[in-house]
Formats: sequence, structure tokens, C-alpha cells
Amino acid sequence: MTTRSFNKRRLLTALALLPALWSASARAEEHGTGVPSTPLYTQECAACHLAYPPGMLPASSWQRLTGKLTQHFGVDASLDAATLAKLTPWLLANAGTVRRIAESPPEDRISRSPWFVRKHHEIAADTWKRASIKSASNCAACHRGADRGDFDEDNVRIPK
Amino acid sequence: MNLVIKALTTAAALAGLACASSAHAETPADMLARYGTAAKAAADPARGQQFFTSTHGREWSCSSCHGALPVKEGKHAATGKVIQPMAPAFNGERFTDSTKTEKWFRRNCNDVVGRECTAGEKADLIAWLLTLRA
Repeated sequence: MTTRSFNKRRLLTALALLPALWSASARAEEHGTGVPSTPLYTQECAACHLAYPPGMLPASSWQRLTGKLTQHFGVDASLDAATLAKLTPWLLANAGTVRRIAESPPEDRISRSPWFVRKHHEIAADTWKRASIKSASNCAACHRGADRGDFDEDNVRIPK
Repeated sequence: MNLVIKALTTAAALAGLACASSAHAETPADMLARYGTAAKAAADPARGQQFFTSTHGREWSCSSCHGALPVKEGKHAATGKVIQPMAPAFNGERFTDSTKTEKWFRRNCNDVVGRECTAGEKADLIAWLLTLRA
């Protein structure tokens, strides 16, 4: 078989797959990337940091975090009682769905979860400290689509 | 007669509704006036700038996240998240919702000063931000 006919077959296969790919991407767009969000969460939490997908922490972590927002990783992120009463159940309902999470990570930090550490083991300590990145909490520095819930490795661009 | 009373009641109810829905719609000038009244002192823009750019015995100043001149985007000192300009001339949403304004004063003053800000400090700050023009 010549290279040309092989290429032709690959092209045909790709073309045949197009409708499936198209519908998959349409679905992804329709539902975001499956990461739950609510305007309240975006408004109240994403003012200071990315709206971290609630599924990245177990319910026990969210329970603790929402219970001490006046001391939220060194910052006062307090909410009024009414807002908290709406937000907490939503976080708990959407907790621990992204990864198979059994236990709370140390300090309830997503960035200290075993899966997170494993996924980022190639990133040198110096890289995290770059002014353009600052810390592991700044997902969007490298995951450019993080605000849309896109953490796909293929879309990672590490800034200088 | 009954009709007149009914019409008046309806009008009053509608007026009440209108008031309720605009309870949080304010202008920065409204807020400045209210804080100024509460402080029983005239607001001082220069003092507001001094307050904004200085540290108050802790790690961060307001400028740490908002920039020394908050007419452009700032960056959260810990997370790097972009923060929209604070000066009303550069961001029409600022100081138009008293609930939101109070929430952020409460949180950020606690982080920067270690206590809630006084009405006078808030008035000084808004007075200074209002001097920043495009």
C-alpha cells in the first residue's frame, strides 16, 4: 500500500468521525465542560480567585472552609449569613465529583491534594514562583481556559 | 370615593416598590455624603490617598492589590487574579451598591488595618477616588 492511499484512508476516517467530534464539542459548549457554576459562586468567590470547581474538594473541606471565611488562607473572605446559607449547600452538593476524593487534602488546599501534586510533578519550584504565576492557586496563569473549567493538559501554556 | 382611595393605595404601593428596587442603586457621591455625615467631618482626598497607599502595621496596603493609582486593573497579591479599577471614573460599577461596598470595606479593612474602617476613613477614600479623572 502506498503512503498516499494510507493517508487517504486516514483522511476518510477523520471525516467520518467529524460529526461525532462536532456533537461532542457542541455538548461541551452547551454544558460548559461539566463544571458546575452558579452566579452567586462566581460573584462571591471568584472576585479574589478562580471559581475553583467545587468538585475538586470533598464536602468535608468545603464544610470547614465555609465555616471560617473570616480566616480564609490568611484573608478575610467573610460573607453575610444569608449568602452563606445559599452557597454552602450548593458547594456540598457539588463536592468531590471531579476526582475520586476520599480525604480532605492538608489545610483543605486543592493544590495539596495527591492528584494535584501528581499532575504537577514536572513543574519546578522556581516556576511556581515566577511573577507571572505567583502560586499554585493561580490556575489561569497556565490553564488559560480555567475560568471555563478547561484544565486540559493540551491547552497549558506556562508563562515566562 | 372608594375608587380614589384604591387609586391612591395602588400609587403608594407602586412607589414603595420602586423605592425597594432601587434601595441599593446609589452613586459614589451619595455614599461619600453618607459616610461624611456619619463621620461628622469633611472628607479629605489627600488623607484618603495616604490611607490607601500606606501599610497599617500589616503586610498589605490597599495598593498591594489595587495598585498605587487604582485607575487601571490591579492584581490580587496572593492569587494574581485581576481586579477591575476602583476609581469610579474608570469603572462605573464602583460604589453604586452599598451592600457590596460595605462587604468589601469590612473584609479588606480587616486584612489591611486589622479592624473595620471608620466612616471618616471611608469618606476620605471615596473622596480621593472621585478626584481621579480620565
